[in-house]
Amino acid sequence: MPGGQLEFDALCKTYGAVVALRDMTFEVRAGELFGFVGSNGAGKTTAMRIAMGVLEADSGEVRWGGEQITLDMRRQMGYMPEERGLYPRMKIAAQLIYLARLHGLDSDTARRSTEALLRKLGLSERRDTTVQALSLGNQQRVQLAAAMVHDPGVLILDEPFSGLDPVAVDVMSDVLREKCDRGVPVIFSSHQLDLVERLCDRVGIVKNGSLVACGSIDELRAGAPERLLVDAPAAPPGWADPLPGVEVLRRDGGRTLVELGPGADDQQVLRAALATGPVREFARSRPSLTELFRHVVTDTTETTRERAA
Amino acid sequence: MNHIMERRTWGAIGLVAGRELSVRLRSKAIIIGTVLMVVVIIALPLVIKLIGNSVGDQTIGVTGNTVGLTAAVEASGNAVGQDITVVTEPDQASGEQQVSAGKLDGLLIANPKGELTLVVKKSANSNLTNALNVLAQQATFSQQITALGGDPAQVRAALNNAHVAVQPLEKPYSYQVQQLILGIVAGVLIYTALMISGQLVAQGVVEEKSSRVVELLLSTVRPWELMLGKVLGIGTIGLAQVVLVGVAGVTTGLLTHTLTISLSAAAGTLIWLIVWFLLGYLMFAIVFAGLGALVSRQEEVASAIMPALMFLIVGYIVGVSVLPSDPSSRFVEILSIIPLFAPTVMPMRLSMGGVPGWEAYLSAVLVAALIPVLLWLAGRIYRNAVLRSGARVRLAEALRPA
Repeated sequence: MPGGQLEFDALCKTYGAVVALRDMTFEVRAGELFGFVGSNGAGKTTAMRIAMGVLEADSGEVRWGGEQITLDMRRQMGYMPEERGLYPRMKIAAQLIYLARLHGLDSDTARRSTEALLRKLGLSERRDTTVQALSLGNQQRVQLAAAMVHDPGVLILDEPFSGLDPVAVDVMSDVLREKCDRGVPVIFSSHQLDLVERLCDRVGIVKNGSLVACGSIDELRAGAPERLLVDAPAAPPGWADPLPGVEVLRRDGGRTLVELGPGADDQQVLRAALATGPVREFARSRPSLTELFRHVVTDTTETTRERAA
Repeated sequence: MNHIMERRTWGAIGLVAGRELSVRLRSKAIIIGTVLMVVVIIALPLVIKLIGNSVGDQTIGVTGNTVGLTAAVEASGNAVGQDITVVTEPDQASGEQQVSAGKLDGLLIANPKGELTLVVKKSANSNLTNALNVLAQQATFSQQITALGGDPAQVRAALNNAHVAVQPLEKPYSYQVQQLILGIVAGVLIYTALMISGQLVAQGVVEEKSSRVVELLLSTVRPWELMLGKVLGIGTIGLAQVVLVGVAGVTTGLLTHTLTISLSAAAGTLIWLIVWFLLGYLMFAIVFAGLGALVSRQEEVASAIMPALMFLIVGYIVGVSVLPSDPSSRFVEILSIIPLFAPTVMPMRLSMGGVPGWEAYLSAVLVAALIPVLLWLAGRIYRNAVLRSGARVRLAEALRPA
């Protein structure tokens, strides 16, 4: 089976008059943890459902290792749907074995894989508990187990971290990272941008059904305007205003956050600051993913599309 | 490649069916329900037998000048279709004592003029009085003939030979009471089985939809594989129930002699019952699965499957209300050939007997031919609707090509 990358190629999908996906194109490389972010209704779930064959695209295709995904290939993919779903009255071990077998494992392998996964997720003692009797956090773990029980070659997870406590977040992160380290492409969607920033190798930002930014956090930052944090306690208000191409974003006591427009010179800013008195701190401010996201999503005039080849 | 695909498809269907089977086999409701059905079907012939016995044989005593009437009493009993056992009592007093004790149904005495009286505890069985009335009338008749100077034996012989000849234009089928009962029982059984298993299918579809597990399942199996696996798994349970109840009922009937049909007729009834359960189940369960996929909550299942359920109910109601009184009803005959009503009506008619072979086969072939069409339609509804949770999906929308 292909161990290669997962490619979303020019996916389009409309629901009646609503355009859900507009030429969505990006790829998740083998062994890469890819974070999929975007506002509600931007099209993340639709794209993932198309990859899993649960929905059909109007045009475009999803490939794995260069081949368009077929039902047989899909059985080697792991999926956690946005709408969590398991049989509420079925015991968890029996349920996982059943799902593993549906994915084509023989009953022995399915059993062994289920027990191993339950052990890893700390659910061994609950193996004969029905899903409805579990806490929400444990249900989420079982849902992850359901996506992984057949040792998939691709993982597609829709909001795997929503509703998890910090310990469960760590367990989930470790499991995903471990999967990547074995060369599996992993894509997950999330609204927890700090988590995505910390965890992911690359991030794709979706807006109105298309990918408007894609790359590592550093690559995304490269597309954003540079910012400086200057701590000059003696500087009077408006000290930076005359500088060409420099915009003051925030002032908090002696600390000023400025954004450098095209052609602005950071050394000029430093000189202007020193002219007011002592400078305690002069640093490049690295925008967080949250800031990048806001910048990309609220920016209506230009679409940044950084695609690392 | 094709070969592998096929094995995979059947493997998936088998897994889905196997899960249904193991879940249902662990369900207490299903096990208790089946045991209850078997108990009822075994009890039925026993109860009929008991009731039949209590009103069946009548035993009366004769004493003194009625002892000579023993043979005549039995003969007139036969004439009206009532078995009468005659016991000779030493005298009237001891006979009356037996009647009071309930050992005898009556004591027949006669005054010196030969006028008969039946001494009973409270009331006499009407068949018994009919028989004795015949006896009394014949006695009076003979006396009158003798008084007129004729020979009673000669007159009786002449009377016996006088009857109207009946010339049927069509060969009639004579329905026996027990076959009518068999037909009704078969009807109730098949109706109950179709109703229960059909609804289980619809509920199972909605369970997967409301718990959202269906999205996970559909990433590995095709919609129609999931639907067919469910239908086959639940159908296996239903089939086992019908076979169990049918065999238990017919066997008890034969053993208790409540059923006096031939062994081959009994086997034929059972086989037709099973064939019709299978045909009816496939037909209705497939439709129920499709309709069930339209809704997302268990409370809505009943209204979603109602349009199809109506055919099942109407067929059954017409069958049980018309057939017992008019087993050769033309209306029911036509109904039993229309595929939508056939699964309930035809097995009733078949158990009652007298169905021409071509009708039996035509009706089965029509249903069998309809099943692939329904499978295609229901598969389409299912595929289009099963992932759309929330509000009820409109049928027309679900039928539209994807």
